[in-house]
Amino acid sequence: MAQPILETRHIVKQFPKVLANDDINLTLNQGEILCLLGENGAGKSTLMNVLYGLYKPTSGTIVLDGEEVEFSSPRDAIDRGLGMVHQHFMLVDTLTVTENIILGSEPGRGPQIDYRTARQQVKELSERHGLRIDPDAKIMNLSVGLQQRVEILKALYRQAKILILDEPTAVLTPQEVEEFFAVVRGLRDNGVSIIIITHKLEEVKAISDRVYILRRGRIEGERRTADVSKEDLANLMVGRAVVLTVEKSDHQAKQEPVFEIDDLRVLDDREVAVVDGLSLDVRPGEVVGIAGVDGNGQSELAEAIMGLRSVAGGSLKHLGEDIKDLTTKERIHRRISYVPADRHRYGLVLPFTVAENIAMGYHDRAPNASGGGMRLNYSAMEEQATRLIKDFDIRTPGPLAPASHLSGGNQQKVILAREFTRNPSFLLVSQPTRGLDVGAIEYIHSQILAMRDQDVGVLLISLELEEIFGLADRILVLYEGAIVKEFVASETDEREVGFYMTGGKKEQSA
Amino acid sequence: MVDYDFIVNLLSAMIRNATPIALAAIGAVVCERSGVVNIAMEGIMTVGAFVAAIVAGATGNPWIGLLAAIFFGGLFSLIHAFATVSLHLDHVVSGAVLNVLALGITSYLMIMIVGHPGTTNPVPVGLGDYRWAIPVLSSIPVLGPMFFNQTPIVYFSFILIGVFTWFLSKTKLGLHVRASGEHPLALETIGVSVYKMRYFGVLVSGLVGGMAGAYLSIESNVSFTEGMTGGRGFIAMAAMISGGWHPIGAFIAALFFGLADALQVRFQVFEIARVPEEFFIILPYVLTVVAVAGLVRRSRPPKADGVDFMIERSED
Repeated sequence: MAQPILETRHIVKQFPKVLANDDINLTLNQGEILCLLGENGAGKSTLMNVLYGLYKPTSGTIVLDGEEVEFSSPRDAIDRGLGMVHQHFMLVDTLTVTENIILGSEPGRGPQIDYRTARQQVKELSERHGLRIDPDAKIMNLSVGLQQRVEILKALYRQAKILILDEPTAVLTPQEVEEFFAVVRGLRDNGVSIIIITHKLEEVKAISDRVYILRRGRIEGERRTADVSKEDLANLMVGRAVVLTVEKSDHQAKQEPVFEIDDLRVLDDREVAVVDGLSLDVRPGEVVGIAGVDGNGQSELAEAIMGLRSVAGGSLKHLGEDIKDLTTKERIHRRISYVPADRHRYGLVLPFTVAENIAMGYHDRAPNASGGGMRLNYSAMEEQATRLIKDFDIRTPGPLAPASHLSGGNQQKVILAREFTRNPSFLLVSQPTRGLDVGAIEYIHSQILAMRDQDVGVLLISLELEEIFGLADRILVLYEGAIVKEFVASETDEREVGFYMTGGKKEQSA
Repeated sequence: MVDYDFIVNLLSAMIRNATPIALAAIGAVVCERSGVVNIAMEGIMTVGAFVAAIVAGATGNPWIGLLAAIFFGGLFSLIHAFATVSLHLDHVVSGAVLNVLALGITSYLMIMIVGHPGTTNPVPVGLGDYRWAIPVLSSIPVLGPMFFNQTPIVYFSFILIGVFTWFLSKTKLGLHVRASGEHPLALETIGVSVYKMRYFGVLVSGLVGGMAGAYLSIESNVSFTEGMTGGRGFIAMAAMISGGWHPIGAFIAALFFGLADALQVRFQVFEIARVPEEFFIILPYVLTVVAVAGLVRRSRPPKADGVDFMIERSED
């Protein structure tokens, strides 16, 4: 029916060590929504960067409108009608919506920008596509959903006929995701052809017409979305049968809370109270999930619990004792374990070995050290690491490999191995699967649930609602630094929780 | 003692003292807005001051001296651009090296060209010999002598402050420069070269810094003396920061330092207090520290200022 607008023929991209794309043939038809599904490292982003002119393919050709093209920079791709919305937005925070949209293609004769025309054009464009936006707002004052809208407008302003969206829903709330899907369908109806890169199966099912599955740099298959189930997609993507939702057994939590927070107040770096009046408790043997849109105080809360940020008011009680004035080290030694959201900055010392990373925190005591922490015992560390590498199935050349050489999923397993084997009484887990693929997520989720079943109190902070629902027994909604709603996980759904995540207000209309 | 003439003299001295600082500061503003930290202004000014005196002395024409200073200031700054942008060297390290290099080159060339260290021979005609009183405007009380009865580079600095402000806020290139200092990848992905913008930003600071140097040697003086920049390049950094990385803010901050400088001379002459004169000499520098400490918290640098940018276009 439809004719192809974009084709790749035998695209190969060889990096010094990895073959990122191996003989990729795909076709995008005029006016369709195509998904490119694959795990991290499957070569999705590389392929898109080849299409967008950021990378030069090692071999193979790109055919646009039946004509062979060669892009040496994004400029060429833009000129030929390709637009790309990157996963990390390419927007300048301090500039206005208009300035960001026109950047690089400013109207006006001579050196000066014609701001009046620019504003007018942006207004017209946003009205034509039903993407309402204030052209004079600064990017830093916009929500993530609106920022994405600016990114799309930016591509449309350059007359993109083909729009590539890289992990577009990773940062959106459920409401924003639905709005986004509506926008994408609207664009398709206006004749824009769309490629969505994703590792989320729901997304593929919800929006696409057709899907290509990428694994280890090769195309594993091509399906019409209507004819394929989520399970089949997952199996194609991972290359083996995977469990999408880890089985959660019934487990009775104990009564006496292991961790209590009362009326907590925490200031951020600008001295603004970003956690304000927050109270919660966690009992042994339950997972309490904190749902919320990013930037509602999640990181400050986690830092306050671990003593990485001072508390401005309220109390933190572990096993009935106030730990507010304890140092981080003292808290760790009270058997409070922590899996930080940013594993590179806080979870690991990347140039250190796996063994050293596992010993860290307890590096000053037996068996890792002797003589009151004066002498490190490397052979004991190595022995311990070797055991845990096996137990946690960490894929590493060995205990002496630097942590930086491991993949994201395996790095996270190193942190899990360290934190989960210290016999914790309370476990704070923040964004445990961010950026990881289905296989690793499955493993980490089952480990967290195993901790719960051993009567550890788990506080889970996550931006992924799916994760919260998969793991939590109770769900607390965090909004502007306080818990605005509490749910029993089995008695609610994503829509209801999502509603409170945005402050319980009516969603903005598109 | 404090009468009309005193005030007028003080204020026009303020403007004169502020000129080299303001020029260096607005040059640094463009440079840092493009994302390159530039602590090499001191060295660039030294090069400009030296070249201006030598060329003006040899040709007998201070205008040629000025052009040469601008040219060599720009050329010298390109070393910084090459080191930081193309070689991805740390910006502060490169800047520090250039400051030392400028001192070394000029003392070496003093011996080679002038034949002795210290001070060059006076230039036959300096730019200070051109004092342009602008008709009508210069006869306004106080403001007239302050702003409209000055020497050439002082006027150039006024013009450049306006031009740079317009450039950064209203032009296409200015928008690209700002984007390059805030979110370089955003600029690169819509097809504008960050490298070019950063080279451009550094070059502007070099050209203007060269002019600031020429002001010191052939406009407010008639010869080049080693060490004559006296830390003004660093005070310009302070002016840039206190002025919030904006040309007009930087100019106002430079005026403040100019005033401190003008005051310290007068304090020394009039012996207002029984304090050793050295105390007054350090006054502008102390004020620099105070101003930066007080204002720095509120002013926000460009987000990618000093952050290296490398295109991941791994060629195989």
